[in-house]
Order: sequence, then C-alpha cells, then structure tokens
Amino acid sequence: MRHALLIAARDLRERARDRTLHVLAIVLPLGLAGIFTLILGDISGDSPMFTFAVADSDGGVVATTFTGEVLERAAASGAIRLRTAASEQEARTLVGDGTATAAFLLPEGLTEAVRTGGAARIEVVGNVDAPTGTDIARSLAQAYADRLLAIRTAVAATVRSGVPTPPAELASAAAAALPQAAVVEDTTGRRQLDAKTQYAAGMAVFFLFFAVQPGVTGLLDERRDGTLARLLAAPVRRTSILAGKLLTGVVVGLVSTALLVVASSVLMGARWGHPAGVALLVVAGVLAATGAMAVVAAIARTSEQAGGWQAITAIVLGALGGAFFPVSQAGGVLDAISLVSPHRWFLRGLADLAGGDVAAVLPPVAVLSFFAALTGGLALLLFRKVVRP
Amino acid sequence: MAVLSCSGLKRRFGDVPAVDDVSFTIAEGETYGLLGPNGAGKTTTISMVTGVLERDAGEVVVEGIAMSTRATAAKRLVGYVPQELALYPDLTGRENLRFFASLYGAGRKRVDHVLDVVGLAERADDLAREYSGGMKRRLNVAIGLLHEPRLLVLDEPTAGVDPQSRNQIIENVRALAAQGVAILYTTHYMEEAERLCDRVGIIDSGRLVAEGARRELVERLGERDRISLRLDGDLAHATSALGAMRDVQAVAAHGTGLELVVGDASECLPAVLSAISAAGNVVRSVEVTEPDLETVFLHLTGKALRE
Repeated sequence: MRHALLIAARDLRERARDRTLHVLAIVLPLGLAGIFTLILGDISGDSPMFTFAVADSDGGVVATTFTGEVLERAAASGAIRLRTAASEQEARTLVGDGTATAAFLLPEGLTEAVRTGGAARIEVVGNVDAPTGTDIARSLAQAYADRLLAIRTAVAATVRSGVPTPPAELASAAAAALPQAAVVEDTTGRRQLDAKTQYAAGMAVFFLFFAVQPGVTGLLDERRDGTLARLLAAPVRRTSILAGKLLTGVVVGLVSTALLVVASSVLMGARWGHPAGVALLVVAGVLAATGAMAVVAAIARTSEQAGGWQAITAIVLGALGGAFFPVSQAGGVLDAISLVSPHRWFLRGLADLAGGDVAAVLPPVAVLSFFAALTGGLALLLFRKVVRP
Repeated sequence: MAVLSCSGLKRRFGDVPAVDDVSFTIAEGETYGLLGPNGAGKTTTISMVTGVLERDAGEVVVEGIAMSTRATAAKRLVGYVPQELALYPDLTGRENLRFFASLYGAGRKRVDHVLDVVGLAERADDLAREYSGGMKRRLNVAIGLLHEPRLLVLDEPTAGVDPQSRNQIIENVRALAAQGVAILYTTHYMEEAERLCDRVGIIDSGRLVAEGARRELVERLGERDRISLRLDGDLAHATSALGAMRDVQAVAAHGTGLELVVGDASECLPAVLSAISAAGNVVRSVEVTEPDLETVFLHLTGKALRE
C-alpha cells in the first residue's frame, strides 16, 4: 500500500503541473456549465426569459379574459413577463426591436365575432430570432381558442336541443365545467434539478471522465517512456503499481469534482443538495468513472490510442446519460439504454437528493458502486498483461 | 561468492528464442561486459536479471537470493540503468531521485550524495526535461545508484552521450567496481568494453558464444599481437636477429620497416628493442597493435558490433 501511495503521490505532483488537466478538469466544465445556464437556464423557469406584449383593440370580455385569466396568471407564476401595448403598431414595434419575444394582437370585434359565431382570431406576432418563445405564445393563444370553441360548441348544442336557459348562462356553465388552466409552482418536493444545478452537474460528471483519464492511462505512459521497466525492476509489487495508477485517477477526479461543486454553488448558485448525499454520489461517480476509463486504457495498446477511445467513451456515455440534455425523457429504448451510463445514475441521484433525504441517493450510489467494482476489477485483470514480466 | 549467478536462462517470444541457455557469474568488484549485435539477446538477458522480465527457464541468484522465490528481496540488491532514458521529465532531477529513493527506502542524504557523484548537484532543482542529453544520461545512471546496490546493471548507458558525460559515467562505474559493486555492462562501444570490463561474454542469436578476459579470448582464437617498426640501418641484420627470438613468431620486411607477429607485445617488446640495437639498427618508430575485442567479436559472430 505504501508503494501505491508513493506512486500516486508522484503522479499527482506531475499532474498538478499539467495545465491541460486544470483546463479539462475545472475551467472547461465550469465555463460550459455557466454558458449553458446563461443560454438555457431561464427556459426551465428559474426567472422569466420571455416577454410577451399584448395589444387589446377589442376591450370585450373575450379579450380581457384572455389577458386577465391566461396571460396575467402566467406572468404571476413567473413563467413570462407581460407588457401591455397601446396599439397593434406598438406591439409590433416591441417585437421588432427585440423588447418583446412575441405579441398577442387582440383585434377590434373579437368578442363580438366569438359571440355571433363569426370568424374570430387572435394574432401572434413572433420575433424571428426567438422561435421557442414564439411557439410558447402561439400555444397559449391556441389553447385559449380551443377553450372558446369548446364553450361555443357546448352552448350551441344545448340551445338546439331546446333547453330554455339563456345562452349567456349556458356559456358560463360550460366555462366552469372545463378544466381550469393552472400554473403550479412546483419547485419543492419534486425530483428534478433546477437548470443551474442540472448543467453544473452534467458538465461535472461529463468532464470527470476526462479528469480521471491521465491517471488511468499513466501506466501506458510509463511503458512508452521506459519508466515502467524501472518500476518493475524496483522492489515493488506489480499490484502496487496498478493500484497507484488507479488511485491517481480517483484523487484527481475527487478533487476536480469537489472544486466544481463548490465553485458552481458559489459562482452560479447551483443547489447540489445535502453535502453527505452529494459526497456519496461524487465518490461513487468518481470510482465508476475511474473504472470505466481504466478498462478502455487496459484494452488500448498505446496511451494515444487510449486517449482517443476514452474520449469517444466519455462522449457516448455522457450523451446517453443526460449530461447535455435529459435523454431519459425521450422514453422507450433510449431511456432503457441510458441506464448503462454512470452519468444517468449520478444525475438521477442528485435529482433524488433534491426531492428527498440523503437516503434517496443510496440506490444510485449502489448502482454506481457496482459499476465501479465491475469495471475496476476488469481493468485490473486486463492491466496485468501490461505489467506481466 | 558470486554476487550474480545466472544459470540456464531461457526466454522465447512466440516461436523465437530470444535467449537460449545463457549462464554466467559476476564476482564482487568485477565488471562483466555483455556484448552482442543488435537483437542478440542482451536486453532480454538484462531484463531477466533485473526481474523486469520473467524467465521461461533458468534462475537468477543475487548474493544467494533467488529471483524466482524472493524477487522483492533480490531486487533490493540490484541497481538498474535501462537503455532508454527512464525519467519523469516534468519532475526535477532531485524529485526524480527522491521518488525512486522512496521506493527503495533510501534517504534524502543519499539523494544529495548521488547528485554530487554524477555532477548534477547544481542543476538538481531544474526540471529533467530542461537537461541536456548528457545530463539526462547521468541522471538515468544516478537513479540506479541510489540504494547502493550490490549489483549494478547498465544497459548501454553511454549511448548518444557527449564525451564529457561518457567519461564521467565510465569513471563512476570504475569507482563503484573499486568499492566492490559487481557490474553487468552492455555497450556498443568496443573501446569502452576494453577499458572497463574485466571479463566479457559475447552473445549471438540468444546464445553465449564465448566468455572470458580479453586476452583469454584473443588467445583462444589464435589472434596475435603485431609490432611495426621503422628502422635505420641494414634490415637484414635486424631481421635475422629477431627471427631467432623465441617470442617472435614471424618477421616480414618491407621498405624501411619490419612487421613482427608476437605472442604478447608488452612482454617481448624490451627484448625486441634490445635485439635491434645489438644488430646495429636505430629505431625510428614503434607501433604495437593488439587484437581487440572487435576482432574477436567479428571472428565469433561474423558481424561487426554495431550491426
């Protein structure tokens, strides 16, 4: 064990001077997570990203209900920001100059057209550079239009059936009978990470696989540089050499991930969850990453070949496991396949931790540990050929 | 007792026998040169001696400790200087030495001492990657000396080294041998082997084809020393006088010179010079040519050492 520690300490001293590793293990993941959060974070509802303008030229009940019941409720939930325009022209200008993502134009006569069964329309004007926001605006308008159509159909059917109730009362009754659209604040108690934590964790686990790489390919580097022969000639057990190399990967992984957790919490406001749960997940994740990368290194003939294969493995596992986007939401085969990725279990563990107590991380930790034991054992078996005399 | 005893070493790579039944011993303070053309099996033999490579058959015993049963204990007695530069370029010279010293349980004072011995004390805290080729070679040697080994194995330690560093390495090796360290040395430089080695083993195609001191090998092959003389005076008298000498096996005259074939030039040269003087000739120049290891090597292997 002493020799393994000595070998790992030497490796770490050398790695500490490797600026490439600093960039790969800390700067890059933190930077990318920050960029993703800036670009995409608001979509997930952390703060309103879309500003919608509304120009009500109608002033009738249909228009005011849309503005009051649909748009203002959405704004009150924090999902959008609402801005009232004095005219259609002003609303178009707001969209044109980028102040608003999209505008709802409620034309004069809208209420009357709905009441008389005429052609009624709510026009949505979208910014060409904001297709997502425009789609959301269109969806809101379409949902309201569908709701109006349902009421009108119900009233018409009732009137034709000879029921003497006035249509206005029938309409009220029909509206009350329809399910109410509601925006529910769902940030507590749910098993889901907020955007900042999702991206920070995704990048952390993705780059973790690169951070442990120099440690586990160290044996191939030593063979290439001739120092492996020197280690083999020393009074050191071969298993100590292997253990030292794996230990280097584990320590680099733990340090870089710990730094990322702290930095993303302080700088980006990521909420990782209970420290004990996070620590368990990080340790299990690092062991799994080390094991996986060690297997790839053990199969490769050279350090350079291992680097290429490891990059492919890290990218495929990362993409499958949801490091970039939540693949599991796609469902079906993709969801099932993603279960082989340690990334998936790491992120799932964090999500479970967000919605539960520390014990919630135990199943993902168990899976990651099993993955680590399996791959680590396989790597040791395969690496024996490298150090076999 | 021999410090190193190798017996019946065998190693195959696939169907190719790299080393086939090689046996030799090295005594305390003895420098043993293992010579052979490229691919002859030198490095494979050395790798088995150091425990880097496992043997298919045979045994390596270092000071009575068998590599097969107590490898770790045997390795503690062996210093190894591999052919390739085996250094960590991103560590300083001192850090390189301290790391290997820690593996062998050697202390920091020993590191400082070795840095002095190889002349790297002033540059000890520079990164190894910033060293010249010669300095790297010296550091490579220094690592092998750290734990005061009883057997030092050097695999072409002066390959590609500047003359100054080469001389320093050779002097280090001589000093170690004088202290009683057994040395196993391979080199492509014949003059280096002749300067350093008490005995040499010539290996070819995995087999040890000859072994002994240089003179023993020369005599075994029937090679003789030659003395070339340039004389003033009548060569006939000198030729006659020299031809009658017991130690002179052949005399040939050409121009103003004589070419003698003798058994041991250093022994019979005074008598030869006296005979010439007695014959009334004046010696203008003398050149002694001893058959060297290159000649022996060529004779035994049919190849030049650098092939």
